Amino acid sequence: MSSTPACPVPPAPDVIQLAHGGGGRATWRLLHEVVRPALGITGVSADAATLAVPPGARLAFTTDASVVRPLAFPGGDIGRLAVFGTVNDLATAGARPIALSLSLVLEEGLPLDLLRRVLGSIAAASRIAGVRVVTGDTKVVDRGRGDGIYTSVAGIGVIAPGLDVGPHQIRVGDVVIVSGDVGRHGVAILSVREGLAFEAAIESDCAPVTGLLDVLVDAGIQLHCLRDPTRGGLSAALHELAIDAGVEIALSEPDVPVDGRVAAACEMLGLDPLAMACEGRLVVFVPPDHAARALTALRSRPEGAQAAAIGRVAPGTAGRIVATTVLGTRRVLDFAASEQLPRIC
Amino acid sequence: MKHLDEYRDAERARRLAAAIAGATTRAWRIMEVCGGQTHAIARFAIEELLPPQITLLHGPGCPVCVTPAEILDHAVALARRPEVVLCSYGDMLRVPGTAKDLRTAKADGGDVRVVYSALDALALARALPEREVVFLAVGFETTAPGHALAVHHARREGVRNFSLLVSHVLVPPALEAILGDGERRVDGFLAAGHVCAIMGWAEYEPVARAHQVPIVVTGFEPIDILEGIYACTRQLEAGRAEVENAYPRAVRQAGNAHAQAMMREVFEIRDRWWRGIGELPRSGLGLAPAYAAFDAERKFGLVSGGVAEPDRECRSGLVLVGKIKPPECPAFGTRCTPDHPLGATMVSSEGACAAYHKYPRVT
Repeated sequence: MSSTPACPVPPAPDVIQLAHGGGGRATWRLLHEVVRPALGITGVSADAATLAVPPGARLAFTTDASVVRPLAFPGGDIGRLAVFGTVNDLATAGARPIALSLSLVLEEGLPLDLLRRVLGSIAAASRIAGVRVVTGDTKVVDRGRGDGIYTSVAGIGVIAPGLDVGPHQIRVGDVVIVSGDVGRHGVAILSVREGLAFEAAIESDCAPVTGLLDVLVDAGIQLHCLRDPTRGGLSAALHELAIDAGVEIALSEPDVPVDGRVAAACEMLGLDPLAMACEGRLVVFVPPDHAARALTALRSRPEGAQAAAIGRVAPGTAGRIVATTVLGTRRVLDFAASEQLPRIC
Repeated sequence: MKHLDEYRDAERARRLAAAIAGATTRAWRIMEVCGGQTHAIARFAIEELLPPQITLLHGPGCPVCVTPAEILDHAVALARRPEVVLCSYGDMLRVPGTAKDLRTAKADGGDVRVVYSALDALALARALPEREVVFLAVGFETTAPGHALAVHHARREGVRNFSLLVSHVLVPPALEAILGDGERRVDGFLAAGHVCAIMGWAEYEPVARAHQVPIVVTGFEPIDILEGIYACTRQLEAGRAEVENAYPRAVRQAGNAHAQAMMREVFEIRDRWWRGIGELPRSGLGLAPAYAAFDAERKFGLVSGGVAEPDRECRSGLVLVGKIKPPECPAFGTRCTPDHPLGATMVSSEGACAAYHKYPRVT
């Protein structure tokens, strides 16, 4: 007798298909078998999460999209970037995060294993930052219409009682402090994206700054303004604040911490480390009599070990950053028109 | 950064500045030839250290600035072709052609890629045999040997889908052009140290003699630049006009013989149009007949000759030959900014206008 051919059972797809975004059973399975377990989301599905908020609390609310290529880079990946980006934005309002939302835009053909890894990274990053993803959404786009995964993470945080930080609080005489060396994330991304082989790998500084906020608040530091420099680096962050606060900032270039490898890579490519992206640094404006204690508090944490006072708020021209160079000469710092382009020679 | 920090030492800089001030009795105009030096002078605010009698003029040594608009137009046209991968150094992407720049061509769907070396572009050609990889080969004697090497490899390996859109220029004819139009505007030159590391300095001696102008081979760090200015000032004060090497840690008299041989093998000397300056005889390089198969203009039938210069308001030509300083241009900082450059000198951070805009002096 001839054997009956076995009915081929369709194999479970190991890549994202358009059906995963269709709203039917494939979507349900993706959410319940992959996304929710990875993020530790339990309970019945609902279209909105509900949150308990301490009475009288002031809330901070922000959102951040991540579109990074490659999805993983030295020192981080899109998952950590997505969570820490939002958590850090909340921290600059003086807020601790209480809940995150996660929207995923997935490209058809994305390996499920890669999705699982990114979700695992989002879960781990959330744990580090002491927060959970409580709601979300998933969409699938045609192959070729995305870079694998785009994320959008919104966050809600509770502001520490009595804290009111922002450019409106910046005063002439304030000391400007940065929590660590600048430009690492930008150079780390550049090194993998452009296939530049540096002798020593440069890792992104991708990390939450929530712990730094905590030690500053616990030490009773009078905080005037907080900012996490990201795209555009320290230079863009200082320019934005100088414009918003209507002040000049005097920056001491030699005091800005820059990792030797970052400095060397920037020299080679003709880039300015002050304008290279950071993903885990905090810029803090404090009154002069709080500066020393703020530095001590920041340096008590490993991610703040290199904290340094880098400048002062001056009267002068609103929106201008005047840098004292390593030679003791002074120049006006440029607010870069766009991304930096490597120089020819 | 050990090897850089010692050339950025504040105490050494102050001592050199004092020596320059002590040696200066009259007003002198010194032109740094290279855009890399212009960039360093602005970044470290070196002019603040100099006595008021010394004026620094910024020369034409920025490849981004002097590459003619026509070459950019060719590059944009090539990027539009579906089979072409157009490879370029990063800072060429924002240089305006007559209508568009390469960044716009990329946004329009052109395959434009930033590379760091012509050899990277050649590697891309090997990896993408079904595409045509074109490398935009611009620059002075510094970039030419690397470009020559890539073409040399391509011919040896029989890589047929690789070509160069060449717009190479040479330093000595530019100095002649600046000195040769009657009105003396430059008293001394700081020659570009990296160009001399390749070419040596013999070719500057006839220029120094004929025009009685000191030419000092100078490096790129603050201390190097101050050393160059000091040597140039001493020559001027003593009435000397010699070629002098103030960058001995990198430059030998004969230059780099291997690099020169590679350039001679692959390129030949041609007349070239300089953006903002005009056509200068025997002022650039093109591919030699033996390498004509790698000439993108020939391969894709690009027609040259209609030399259109862009914005009429742009005074970059006067800036490049030291006739005016960037802020003297009526459009500087208002109608012409790095966001909306009218001319190429506002694009690259080595361009004099962009350097002035990026690093304005504190007043």
